[in-house]
This record gives sequence, C-alpha cells and structure tokens, in this order.
Amino acid sequence: MLRFPFPVSRFPFFTRKTFSRGVRPDENKSTAGSPIRRMPFASRMILPLAQHIGKPAVPVVRAGEEVVRGQPIARADGFLSVPIHAPADGVVESIELKPSARGPWVESIVIRVYEASTQEVRWAEPRDLDALSPKELLQAIQDTGMVGLGGAAFPSHAKMSVPGKFAIHTLIVNGCECEPYLTCDHKLMREHPADLMVGIRIAMRATGAGRALIGVEDNKPDAAAAMRAHLPADGAIRVEVVPTKYPQGAEKMLIKALLGVEVPPGKLPMHVGVVVNNVGTLTQLGQILPAGQGLTERVVTVTGPAIRKPGDYWVPIGTPMRTVLEWAGVPDVSEREVILGGPMMGQAAASLDVPVTKAVSGILVFDHDHIEAMARRKTYPCIKCGECVNACPMGLNPCMLGMLAARREYDLMGSDYHIAECFECGCCTYVCPAHIPLVQQFKVAKTILRERAARRAAPAAP
Amino acid sequence: MSQPPRLELRPAPHVAKGASVERIMLHVVLALLPICAFAVWQYGLSALALILTVTAACLLTERLCNRLSGSASTLSDWSATITGLLLALTLPPSFPLWMGVVAGFAAIALGKALFGGIGCNVFNPALVGRAFVQAAFPVAITTWAPAYFPSRFAEFIPTTLTAPLMTPPDIGVWVKGQAVDGFTGATPLARWKFENQVAEFGDLLSGVAAASVGETSALLVLVCGLYLAARRCLDWRIPAAILGSAMLVALLFHLAEPGRYPPPYFVLLSGGLVLGAVFMATDMVTSPVTPRGVWLYGILIGVTTVMIRYFGSLPEGIMYAILLGNALTPLIDQVTQPRVFGAGKGRKA
Repeated sequence: MLRFPFPVSRFPFFTRKTFSRGVRPDENKSTAGSPIRRMPFASRMILPLAQHIGKPAVPVVRAGEEVVRGQPIARADGFLSVPIHAPADGVVESIELKPSARGPWVESIVIRVYEASTQEVRWAEPRDLDALSPKELLQAIQDTGMVGLGGAAFPSHAKMSVPGKFAIHTLIVNGCECEPYLTCDHKLMREHPADLMVGIRIAMRATGAGRALIGVEDNKPDAAAAMRAHLPADGAIRVEVVPTKYPQGAEKMLIKALLGVEVPPGKLPMHVGVVVNNVGTLTQLGQILPAGQGLTERVVTVTGPAIRKPGDYWVPIGTPMRTVLEWAGVPDVSEREVILGGPMMGQAAASLDVPVTKAVSGILVFDHDHIEAMARRKTYPCIKCGECVNACPMGLNPCMLGMLAARREYDLMGSDYHIAECFECGCCTYVCPAHIPLVQQFKVAKTILRERAARRAAPAAP
Repeated sequence: MSQPPRLELRPAPHVAKGASVERIMLHVVLALLPICAFAVWQYGLSALALILTVTAACLLTERLCNRLSGSASTLSDWSATITGLLLALTLPPSFPLWMGVVAGFAAIALGKALFGGIGCNVFNPALVGRAFVQAAFPVAITTWAPAYFPSRFAEFIPTTLTAPLMTPPDIGVWVKGQAVDGFTGATPLARWKFENQVAEFGDLLSGVAAASVGETSALLVLVCGLYLAARRCLDWRIPAAILGSAMLVALLFHLAEPGRYPPPYFVLLSGGLVLGAVFMATDMVTSPVTPRGVWLYGILIGVTTVMIRYFGSLPEGIMYAILLGNALTPLIDQVTQPRVFGAGKGRKA
C-alpha cells in the first residue's frame, strides 16, 4: 500500500466520510469468503449468570431439572440485566462456580445436553410486534436476553431506552467490523439482510428514530450490495460506505464519519440524538424477537494461523472453548495464544474450559511463531516520536499519558490529560516503536481512578 | 496429550505495526551514509578519518556509560552511531582527530548519558558535542580546508593528525599550496557577515565553498530526508517549518533592504541550515510530539536561525537555534496539547 509521509486525512480532497487519525492494521479477513456454518452441540454447556454489563441474572431452574432449547433458565434482575436461555435440550447438572475468561470463577448454570437434542427452538411464542407499545417492545427486547453482540454485551433494551429529554433522530447501524480477522458481522450482513431490516425497524420503533444509516467499511462491498437489495422503498434506511480504518467501528468514530458530529467528552451518543447498534445485534433481534425466542446462539469467527478449519460458526452460547477449537481443528502444539474477540481489543483466554458467552465475537488462535515474535520485541524508553499522538482517534496524548502512568501520576492523567476519554482501542500501542504497553497502563490508571472516585463518593465507612 | 498446551497471556493489542526504535534508528544511519560518502569524496582521507574517529568515540563512550550505570549494552539501538555520524558532519574537515574524540565524548556523556540515555536527553547529543568543542576550540572549529584538493586521497590535511592536547598548526600556507580556485578560507556566511559578499547560487550547490564536512550537499541532504520521511522515520513537518519560515523571514528582509540582506536562496543553502533542519531538529527525543507543537518548534528554529545570522555575533545560527528549540520542547508540548475528540470547536450538536 502506498504510504504518504504526511497525514492524508488532513487534506479535504483526500478525505471521505471518516474520522481523524486511527491506524490501518493488516486485515487478515481470510474467512470472509465462506458461508456461516453451524456447530453441533457440546455434551456440556456452561452458562455464566453474568454475561452482560449490569446485574447478573437470577437462576429460575434447579439442579436436576430438564430444560428445552430456548427455555429461560435465569431471569433478569432489574432493569440493567437480561435473562439467559437454555441453548439445548438437556438437564441442569449444577449451578456452581466455573472459571471465566477474565480469570475469576463465576456462578454458572451447567447443562448436560441430551444426545438427541434438536436444533429446533422449542420454547417460543411468536408475537405481533405492531400491536406492542414502545414500552412493551423494550420489555420484549429484554425478554430475548439480547445484548450488544459487537463485544460490549451492554443490554440492548437499555441502550434503546432513551430518556424523554433526548429526541433520537437517527439510528446508526454499525457494520464496520474494523477489528482485523473478524468476519462474523460481514457474513450476517451478506447472508441475512432481510432479518437485519426487521431488526432495524424494531430498533427504530423502540428509539423513535426516523431514519437509520448502516455504516459499512469499503472492504465489504458484497455486504453493502446485499443490504442495498433489501432496503425498504420509503428510503428510511440507507447504506453508507466508509473507508476501512481502525477503529471505524467505535461508536463515536462512526457517528463522526456518518453525521460529521462529535459526541462531547463524557457524553453518550443520545446527547447528539443518535443511538448506535451493531449489525449482529439487530440481525439476531430481527430473527428471534418476531419468533418470540431467546438468544441461544451467536456467530463466532474462529480463525488465526493455528486454526486448521477457520470460518464463522453459529455457536450455541455456553459451548466450551475447547469444544469449539477441537471442532475448528487446532493442531496439537506445546503453546498457543487464544484471544476472545479481535486482535486489537480482545482478551487472551487464561483457560480453555471457559464457555463462549454472548460477548465473544471471535476466537483467534496464534501459534508459536507469533508468540515468539511478540515476545522477542524489546521495550525501549519512549523516544517521543509522536506516532501515538498521530494515531489516537480521541485526540489524546498517549505519549504524555504513558510517562505520567510510569510515574503513577494518575490524578494528573485524569484532570489534565483526559484519560477518561480513552476507550482502549489500542492504536497507540499498535504503532509504538518502543513497544511500551500504553493501553495496558491506561486500563490500570482508569481502574485506579474509578476506585478513587468511588471512595470519595462513599466516605467514612464505619 | 500428556501435558496441556501452555496458553500465552499478554495484554491487547495482540498485533503490532512492526515499527521499532532500532529500525527507525537504522534507517537514519542508512540515510546518513550517502552524505558521509559525499563528504569523503569532497575532502578525502581527513573526512573519512574524522567520521570514523568521532563515531568510534561516541560508541565507546556509550559502552563506557552502560558499564558505569550497570545497564546492558545499548549500542544495538544505533542511536549512538547516529550521534557520531551527525556530529562528524557538523565539524570542519580539517578538525584535529583528538578534538573529534573530545566532541564525541562530550556528546554522549554530557548530552545523553547524564540525562539517562536514549529517550531521556533534553538536547540533541550531537549538537551538545558540537557546542562543547565550539567553546573549547574556537580556532580549530573555524579553520576550513578546501574541497576537491588534488591530493585528498593521498594525504591528510595537516591539522588532522595534530597530537592530542597540542595546538594544530596554521594551514594557511598548506591551503595556498593546494592551488584550489576560489577558496578563501572563510565560509560563505562569514564572508557575507564580515565582508558583505554573497556567494553565487552555483557555488553554494556545487560544494566548493568552505564548510563543515556534511554541509555542502544541501540537495543530497534533502533527498536523504525525503527517504526517511517516506519511511516515517522523520517528521517532514519540522524541516518544512524551519526551511519555510527561514526563507520567508529572509525574503522579507531582502525585500526591505536588498543591499544589506542576502536573497533567500543564500540563507537556505549557506551554512548548516538544511543539514540541521533535516537531521538535527528532527531528532524525535528532543522535538515536540503534538501536531501544532511541531509546527511551532520548526518556525521558532527557522526564525531564530535567521535572527542569529543577521543580528548575532556569530555567522551561523542553526546550532543554537535548535538547542533553544530543544530547551523549549517540553513547554511547547505542554501548551499545544491536541484537541480532545468532541471538545471545543468541533462540536456542532
């Protein structure tokens, strides 16, 4: 690729709809060509009660109870919470602590799956959505257990619940999928555009948005074409192609690209009259909400140099990672790096006994060569090259923040250098020639600042 | 499977651009080599010996400082090599080798190691070394030898091999014996400043004027700089700001009083302006990181250079202008923080 020695995006005649700065990592989307395939049931499913942001769900089944595919097995605990549904026919083996991808053991429902379990969802009550009021619609969305499938796992009904003081004019549908390697959203857009349109209509009704813009990066022309073929005649939904650049799929970046509006620091998209939803979320919502089903499966990209059969799979939620990897074919090697999500923001799994949850968009497996190459890199002191400043999409100064983090000046990072605006996209660390783990330092700093703020808010505990 | 596979755990991001400090530094070294080669073509054995000696002094000092501080060798990051090459290019070709060793030692020990090594220095180490010997050996550093003298590949300039701690001999007689046309023993800048003579455009480009080892090849320096900019090892905005602002200021002065102030091409091509702008001021460690700060820093250096040349007591000003810019870099960075996304003028909602 031709590299200009100057930031091309500064010059208006070069720019198309996008945001400033950012990076262009190798895409490595080798799985994009094949169709989504279905994965069989594992013999045992593990369903953590906290797969979403908010309060964990409350189990409504007991050990020994039989469940059918699609049956709710845990209910939402309050507004910021969602229910969990059985992914397969079987019997509840136990409700106990199980390892999670983040490390700590979490309360989970374990289901032993019957060998004869069918793919048919047998617990469903089809609904007439047009008869529902917006409030009932939001309740129906919560009942599906839907969360943001792009990786955030924020309850979808909560995201679409807009306080009365905000008027939403536009629903932005995020089909950028800017993370390298991942192709699950790409394929959903290409294979299920009709379901996506149903989902978009539901979200527009729930939020009161008059129009919807689907943002898709220009490396997925087939997806854009498939969606354009299904657009409604009234013109309320449009497909907008944006340049391929990381992190184009970040909410604030996409709003800037499509509407030219910047969401102010510390504010949400609804402050500028916008709600953003992921295409995967809306496609599946369009499938399961009219059918009255719960969220029992999702599309997961399983790829990476160490995978023999890379591809996108419909994976039942709760399937152990080990089963997925065996299905996709991982060679028997002495070491590997398993990443949940994309390579820029995904998290390395500490155990293969953890399940695929609602938040897992990809499973990326690197082999010995990659691990070795990353480990061989030497960390230097910051040479103040300014690459991170030219990469940060939020206009922060990661160079200065990194130096402050090394000196543990966390309060200064928060007060003068806007660390709270960092959404941990990892661009600074990606470009850093000194190999300083900047974004990791920032995560630590943000956590410490959150704890300090919480301590200040609740002083003098007895 | 007897033993479960080891799972690698490292923080995100799990991919990298592939840039590294040593690769950037190596590219700078590669970009400096053509300039060094051209200098050797012009000045022969003396230039070669000076470049090798100064670079060796820098590397040895770096290693010595590593040993004293108990850290691992940092020679492999190439930064000391860059300092050595750059420093040699700013010295006169007739500079005694032992003084070159002093310059190299001062550059690394005082300019870099005292601050904590790579990434921690405030001033460009090569310029610290040059400033040190300018103060210590004022005569030697303003003694110039002609380029392209016939016997340059057979013999050293007499001053080159001066014994350590000795005063170098006067080379005036030797220079006359070389019979090089048009050589005056003073740099174009000095001739303009003290005799009000403006050198011809062609003389400045061809490199026959008296100058430091790497100063005469402005065109070559620019080409090498372009290579580095294309490799993203150099911030093109800094030389652009320096050269642009220096030209603009020079043009204004020239238009105001053409008889007294030289035309802009003279300001651009005489002395070390291009070498300094492309290779010295762009030292990443000692230049600002913010986009606005980079422009401010470049303009500051360009304007200061012309001001020193026109109104200071020295004929050349680029060195002190860059050192001043280095000193102001933390302040410039502080006051030119980038605009946070969504804050201030960008907000329309």
